[in-house]
Amino acid sequence: MAAQAASVTEARGGTSAPLLLEVKNIEVVYNEVILVLRGLSLAVPKGQIVALLGANGAGKSTTLKAISGLLRTEEGAVTRGDIIFDGERINGTDPHHIVRRGIFQVMEGRRIIADMTCIENLRLGAFTRRDPNVKRDIDMVFDYFPRLRERTGLAGYLSGGEQQMLAIGRALMARPRLILMDEPSMGLSPLLVKEVFGIIRRLNTDLGITILLVEQNARMALSVASYGYIMEQGKVVLDGDASALAENEDVKEFYLGGHGAERKSFRNLKSYKRRKRWL
Amino acid sequence: MDGALLFQLVLNGLIVGALYGVVAMSFVLIYKASQVVNFAQGEFLLVGAWVCWWMLTYWQLPIWAGFLFTLAFMTIFGILLQVIVLRPLIGEPVISVIMATVGLSIFFQALMKWIFGVFAQPFPPLFTVERVRVLGLEVQSVYLASLGVSAFIMLGFWWFFTYSKHGLAMRATAFDQQVAQSLGISVPKVFAMSWAISAVVSAVAGVVVGVVNGVSSALSFYGIKVFPAVILGGLDSIVGAVLGGLIVGVLENVAQYVDSQWLNWGNMYQIAPFYALILILLIKPYGLFGTRNIERV
Repeated sequence: MAAQAASVTEARGGTSAPLLLEVKNIEVVYNEVILVLRGLSLAVPKGQIVALLGANGAGKSTTLKAISGLLRTEEGAVTRGDIIFDGERINGTDPHHIVRRGIFQVMEGRRIIADMTCIENLRLGAFTRRDPNVKRDIDMVFDYFPRLRERTGLAGYLSGGEQQMLAIGRALMARPRLILMDEPSMGLSPLLVKEVFGIIRRLNTDLGITILLVEQNARMALSVASYGYIMEQGKVVLDGDASALAENEDVKEFYLGGHGAERKSFRNLKSYKRRKRWL
Repeated sequence: MDGALLFQLVLNGLIVGALYGVVAMSFVLIYKASQVVNFAQGEFLLVGAWVCWWMLTYWQLPIWAGFLFTLAFMTIFGILLQVIVLRPLIGEPVISVIMATVGLSIFFQALMKWIFGVFAQPFPPLFTVERVRVLGLEVQSVYLASLGVSAFIMLGFWWFFTYSKHGLAMRATAFDQQVAQSLGISVPKVFAMSWAISAVVSAVAGVVVGVVNGVSSALSFYGIKVFPAVILGGLDSIVGAVLGGLIVGVLENVAQYVDSQWLNWGNMYQIAPFYALILILLIKPYGLFGTRNIERV
């Protein structure tokens, strides 16, 4: 057990790609009193998919909102630590400036503009762009999501899966360098989840977009990611190569449904807690 | 009943109603974008009309120059109002914001009276031909021009909100401010822009009314007339605002006719729209085109 934990930690040194995003020891407070993130650190190498996993309320969405700056729309603030994007410190920057720097958040629950058409939603994704290639890129998005091309009505009438695709397509329109994706599988059927994750992988390989992926569906997320972080109560408690994490006994037990490992007693649970990495 | 007279009344109603529609649209624009109920909408007409009148009479500018100056002035005026008065109130209770706009309304009415006096002032004549014949009816050319201006503004709004990037951004902000920010839209800028556009468009309506009736504090009544129009059409619908304006315009004229012929209650012209307002609030509180959220089936 101990040896396995060590191998997980060592794997971190294996990623040699330069870092696109670095979150260093951040603390996030909502309404000036509620401490949500308590010294969270993570790193996203250029051109990779990194998964951020954890139970409900662990602070995953808060982490993404801290990076994209949307935290301030919810009375939250980063009170300590640094968020470094492409070598520059970006905490405290307005969300609309962060989008211009190349970070785009696909928020939880799709959040498409229901009373607009698909094309209008996509054009809004390109709001920050000034180049004349927006039309061409709309076509490109339709190539990725052919079923959106036929939907000419209001986006509010799309199915959940189509709305998720539109939300991802809208992110592509901004031509971001980093997409923060919050629970793309939420409320989708297993088949659609597979399709959406297939597309996420293609975006990464075809377009070279770096992705920080927050998911409840840990198995799916680890299958597309190269590296993973596991959060609990506002901190990273475990991290490592996605494949190593997927094989890790504790991860299997707590996040992947515990196949292969026999049910553990509370005594073992305590030992797991003690082994956590307190960064 | 006299058919020709009725037709004339409806036509008058449509002409005035189109102007109500324009003012109602600019009211809805502010409400949609920034959720502010602007009780100072009528004062936009007043300020715009006085500025234009001053340019034309005191500085003797040609109409196009005076008009362009007015547009530029109102753009800055709208932005400054938003930034100085309304922006600090973001997140405050609705009633505080409403009181602030009521305060603005009183302030600008008094200010205009102080600067330009209490008497109505006519614009210099703009049209060489006083009247034209349309469909067998004598129509004053100013009315015809006013209808044209209204139609032009409405088309402009339609284009802006369907095709321009900033119009889409405004709609997105109206729909969900957090999403708008996630798309890279600056919400404070959208607020300022909505006030600027609203002020400019209302000022154009103010100039048109000023040219027809002369400039006086009566212009700010348009700000009150906006309420029945807007409630009728639905508080957050631009199309509804236009239709509401047209309906109110026609209603006023027809009600006045009915009153003068049969009822003799007096002053129906002013009151009828507000009867309609009360009825609408009882029967269809969201108006004809008010928001019904899209629910996926």
